[in-house]
Amino acid sequence: MDKKTDVSILTWILVAFCVINIFFLVTGKLGFDAKGLGIITAVALTLAMYSFLYKDNPVFKIAENLFVGVAMGYWIIITWFNILKPDVFEQLIVPFFKDTGNAPQYIVIIPTLLGIFMLLRFSDKLSWLSRWSFAFVVGLGAGITIPNFIHAFILKQLTFDSLIAGSLPDSINNFLILLGVVSVLIYFFFSLEHKGVIGGVSRIGVWFLMIAFGASFGFTVMARMSLLIGRIQFLIRDWLGIIQ
Amino acid sequence: MNFFKRTIPLIIAFIMGIMMAFQYYVPHEASQSLLKVVTRWGITIAGFAVFIGAYSLFHLHWNKIKRKVPGWGYSTFVFFGAGITIIFGLYNGGEFFLHDKQEGTMFDWMYFNVQVPAGATMFSILAFFMASAAYRTFRARTSEATILLIAAVIVMLGRVPVGALIWEFLPPIADWIMSVPNMAAKRGILIGVSIGAIATSLRIIFGIERAYLGGGD
Repeated sequence: MDKKTDVSILTWILVAFCVINIFFLVTGKLGFDAKGLGIITAVALTLAMYSFLYKDNPVFKIAENLFVGVAMGYWIIITWFNILKPDVFEQLIVPFFKDTGNAPQYIVIIPTLLGIFMLLRFSDKLSWLSRWSFAFVVGLGAGITIPNFIHAFILKQLTFDSLIAGSLPDSINNFLILLGVVSVLIYFFFSLEHKGVIGGVSRIGVWFLMIAFGASFGFTVMARMSLLIGRIQFLIRDWLGIIQ
Repeated sequence: MNFFKRTIPLIIAFIMGIMMAFQYYVPHEASQSLLKVVTRWGITIAGFAVFIGAYSLFHLHWNKIKRKVPGWGYSTFVFFGAGITIIFGLYNGGEFFLHDKQEGTMFDWMYFNVQVPAGATMFSILAFFMASAAYRTFRARTSEATILLIAAVIVMLGRVPVGALIWEFLPPIADWIMSVPNMAAKRGILIGVSIGAIATSLRIIFGIERAYLGGGD
């Protein structure tokens, strides 16, 4: 379709959107308050985002950029209120300048300095100081990873229920889980050539992997569908009031 | 100078790594409080890192506006969205940002009426693209592809009411796929990934893996 048709479609949708909302506001279906205006804003953004299904268009791009900006603003404010204010400002700076009954926690200077060093990444001369911060975070993560992964993701995952369970289906399921784990591990074990028995077991591993990938795909699609149903419900229930 | 630029970071990573790895095996109150304090320090440092992300985003869009690249006008909405959210956040319902965060402010309004619906819609759009991509690419050419296809169809149909209407056993079969073969394969993958993560962690702690230091001096 040509540009003229696109502009025409966009104009008619905008007019329809305005007319519907003015009608809802005038008839009192939507209140002229924070809640009513919130619903109108959310509907506008929802429709703007879905307009991408027709084609990439200016309305979608505006909504997309607005979303990115709001998300960044949100994280900056949340970082202040949840991290920097309670951990740095209230523990170090406030008691330093004001008698709050608590002594300044000078130990907080360490993470504060490391945090400031991280921001020095933008300096040409002092960017190397940011390596100290990265080293701290990476070393911390690496140290925590080793025991926790061994415990939760290796030892715990190697715990199997007895193959002789209370019922035959349970026993079969336990056997299939054991077979699946062993065969998948063998499939990813490349130190032995995948021939003969090893090749056969690794092929079973591929089947298990295919089932898992298919299940993951189906599960992800349905999770997105659930979000889609949620948005459609919002449009026809909260905005249009067609269903209750 | 090389000592400060390259050796000290390696020492910091080594000390932190060894200390946190051993801390796990010390069942003492001091060990637990060390974990708590140091983890909180990590979160504080990550808090500063948010400003690196913000700088990168704003720098990118500011350059687009400054150079007037095609579509630069859309970048102004990034600043508009961020600016208005930050202003409402700092205003904090009239209490300003030095007080605790207030509930029910315009900042929360922005979150519930802009960020949540826009984010949910953005992710729900993926349903269309995934379905379209699957229709174009899913072909049961091999036995493996057929298994994948059947598992996907069963899980999808088993999760919606129409699945039970088609065949009453579809939902229990979908549940079985999720809890038996799917879990078995995921366990195998998880064990492999964990061994890889542990190996990488050891390489970082002992200074063999240095990619996080970046290039240059």
